[in-house]
Amino acid sequence: MNYLNETIDSLHQKLSSKEITAEELTEQTLENINKTEEKVHAFITVNEKSVDDAKKVDASGIHDRLSGIPIAIKDNIVSDGILTTAASKILSNFVPVYSATVLEKLEKAGAINIGKANMDEFAMGSSTETSHFGKTFNPWDLTKVPGGSSGGSAAAVASGEVIAALGTDTGGSIRQPAAFNGIFGIKPTYGRVSRWGVIAFASSLDQVGVLSKRVEDSAEVLSVIAGVDEHDLTSSEKEVPDYRANLNKDMSGMKIAVPKEFKDQGTNPAVQEQIDIALAAYEKMGVTVEEVSIPAIKHAVEVYYILASSEASSNLQRYDGIRYGFRAENIKNISEMYVKTRSEGFGDEIKRRVMLGTFALSAGSYDAYFKKAAQVRTMFIQEMDAVLKDYDFIMGPSTTSAAFGIGAKIDDPLAMYMNDVLTIPANMAGLPAASVPAGLVDGMPVGLQIIAKPFEEQKVLNASYALQEENKFYEQIPTAMKGAN
Amino acid sequence: MNFETTIGLEVHVELKTLSKMFSPSPVEYGAEPNTNTNVIDFGFPGTLPTVNKNGYRLGIMVALALNADIENHTHFDRKNYFYPDNPKAYQLTQHDRPLAHDGYIEIEVDGETKKIGIEELHVEEDAGKNTHGNDGFSYVDLNRQGTGLIEIVSKADMHSPEEAYQYLEQLRQIVQFTGASDVKMEEGSMRVDCNISIRPVGSSEYGTKVELKNINSFNFARLGLAFEEKRQAAILKTGGKIQQETRRFDEKSGETILMRVKSGNEDYRYFPEPDLPNYEISDEWIEQIKSELPETADKRRKRYINDLKIPEYDAGLLTDTKEMSDFFDETVKFNANPKLVSNWLMGEVNAYLNENHLELLETKLTPEHLAKMINLISDGTISSKIAKKVFQETISNGTEPESWVKEKGMVQESDPAVLTPIITAILDNNEQSIEDFKNGKDRAVGFLIGQIMKETKGQANPKIVNSILMQELNNR
Repeated sequence: MNYLNETIDSLHQKLSSKEITAEELTEQTLENINKTEEKVHAFITVNEKSVDDAKKVDASGIHDRLSGIPIAIKDNIVSDGILTTAASKILSNFVPVYSATVLEKLEKAGAINIGKANMDEFAMGSSTETSHFGKTFNPWDLTKVPGGSSGGSAAAVASGEVIAALGTDTGGSIRQPAAFNGIFGIKPTYGRVSRWGVIAFASSLDQVGVLSKRVEDSAEVLSVIAGVDEHDLTSSEKEVPDYRANLNKDMSGMKIAVPKEFKDQGTNPAVQEQIDIALAAYEKMGVTVEEVSIPAIKHAVEVYYILASSEASSNLQRYDGIRYGFRAENIKNISEMYVKTRSEGFGDEIKRRVMLGTFALSAGSYDAYFKKAAQVRTMFIQEMDAVLKDYDFIMGPSTTSAAFGIGAKIDDPLAMYMNDVLTIPANMAGLPAASVPAGLVDGMPVGLQIIAKPFEEQKVLNASYALQEENKFYEQIPTAMKGAN
Repeated sequence: MNFETTIGLEVHVELKTLSKMFSPSPVEYGAEPNTNTNVIDFGFPGTLPTVNKNGYRLGIMVALALNADIENHTHFDRKNYFYPDNPKAYQLTQHDRPLAHDGYIEIEVDGETKKIGIEELHVEEDAGKNTHGNDGFSYVDLNRQGTGLIEIVSKADMHSPEEAYQYLEQLRQIVQFTGASDVKMEEGSMRVDCNISIRPVGSSEYGTKVELKNINSFNFARLGLAFEEKRQAAILKTGGKIQQETRRFDEKSGETILMRVKSGNEDYRYFPEPDLPNYEISDEWIEQIKSELPETADKRRKRYINDLKIPEYDAGLLTDTKEMSDFFDETVKFNANPKLVSNWLMGEVNAYLNENHLELLETKLTPEHLAKMINLISDGTISSKIAKKVFQETISNGTEPESWVKEKGMVQESDPAVLTPIITAILDNNEQSIEDFKNGKDRAVGFLIGQIMKETKGQANPKIVNSILMQELNNR
């Protein structure tokens, strides 16, 4: 089974009419994954138990819209009894004893965890090249990166291996790969989805979201995974709407703000052209589009790399080889165990950020770095809130360019970090944001980024849906997948 | 050269909650290693802390009892350091906005009352425990990991080891009477670190401070501080310099021993814990907790003296521990005479506890049983001699006194209608004794009472017997 031309709706029809059983669907999905993986390598672990899970769904009946539907799970979301690595050597043997809330919710709805998607190590990266388990390749051009850190999730969807995938987004890790793979991806408001069981990178920024070809499929999955969780005190008690049932493309009377700073960040003119076409489409729908200024955006990258790395330096200290995960061999004492385990277990990018974060939190530099960055973050929140008082949306490109070549930026961390410049602001302010396909640049997809007020996921989905129905980008088949279905 | 001493104390108190402060695992002293744990305590990837509201409530209680100002907007911070008993490699604590600040305790030294300031109180999590086996391995037990602690930081207001000792005693009692902690040094639910420095009298700058850690009792704290005063003075007198260091008290030699020299301040890279939202404490909540605050030891002592007419010394002993004081109050509630209850608790009960190395709540004695037993004595049902047997039975086996006394036939005979015929019969048979009595031989009375007791199998109420006998004798 290849999902390039499917929707959750079409799959649910087939399952509930018994045209196909969940077991058959899962088996066919695994067959297709096996075939497709040779090209894209989107998974770290394919879930061998998924057929058994599907049999159980068949036995209990197709009771839910997601019943029997295989979904890919990013490998930083823990799964009971199934290897969970966060793409790191240090967790290369880690089999969790509990499941993340999002996974429990999906499984309760009958969805099948088909496998654990590849990613940048601990979600640190923008190309899925820092994975300990090998690179993932962009289905539109196998010489290009799929973006990151949710590159495996995005490539699995774009190549038709799955209908939808869970990703996580700390500074753009859902939206950037969604844009690079010509699919839809949404990062909800901070606190909308439980982080219990999500391997922490930067706790105040991390949020689980969904990637799918179609907006309506992400809407459906988001309704299932969102909501308050007693395990996560930062999760919101706000009620979760039925995003799919409420989906509509009526945009008349809405107002879009386009920050001029988005253009100033070196956005490729060809990308901007596709964004302008999308914005013009909205204008035709009766939407007002105006340029605004959000000065804080200029500081996005430096503020993000200080705050996220600081939190990461603390979050990643627990990987010491004592209780779980990789432990270095031939150690003589505790201090050597810490040093060798971490030196051998972590990749270069992790070490770079742990050092950066440790420095930023140190007594001598806390005020100049961490504290200052936290203050600029407050500025972000204020400036974006101010704009969203007058406008329904903030929009602009999701990325400054289309997907770059494998290896092109891996030795230039700063160039790699600049990839997140347009997506970081929404994380800084905790706002819901999505990337929806806007068009192609030299045969590679680019995305429009849509940001709204806290907990206005519905509006983000509706605006995305309106554009999707206008440009019908989902009809396009990734170059490397042509003939696959 | 004369020196003056400056002492500041940091006291950790374990909060008496059913579950941990930052995870739902149970709190229980002495459980099998790693049984009271879950994925949070192990610092598994993806886990997040929660906050035990009751733990916070207990913390606020202690803060109120120590006259401290409660902060309305508190939050937690991470204190980062590597150690095997610290599974997340950071401890949740309150660095920036602690629960409360600026409290005080009043202590009495040499008949003078003195206020000792409290800098701040903050809530934090306890670590696990490392043990080093003989097999070359080190073992980590995470049962304690995530249990709630409050750290009470005093101001450097104490100037002698005795003041420090009194502060600790007073602090223990105050905290214990809130019910927020067991404050048992031997179980680690109260832990003390001392900071001490000395300086020449009149000097405006403090001397270099030395920290005393791993102290097992208040008395050792007092002894250790006294040793430090002398050690430091000896160094300064010979022109030496005090090192900034951590020492421990050696109980055998009575000396302090160097553990490690401090090189500058350790950098814990504190920053706000992003996994927990700010913890807001409303004024309404503070007021509610204030209204629920149990009576302090001081108030109880005064109540015992003024309302229950207990002697001052006894009232002091009764309020030494909350256990004893609660037991006393409960027993009095069962309509027992307070003075008699106090006498029993101070006397027989204490003797029993000392003899058997038990704590009051470890025995089978209940306030209701003690009250019943005391009332059986008061109303003459049993003699005080029998009472001692009843007490042993009740405290050892938890036997209900009233039914036991009846069952064993230990009820005292106090009815004159029953006793008088017995007494007159004995008098009729002992003319000689009556004669002796009339001739002023007191021994005769003793002999007669012996006869009566023999006849009644020792169950006659001696008081009643005595009065009937005297009356009968005088009538003859």
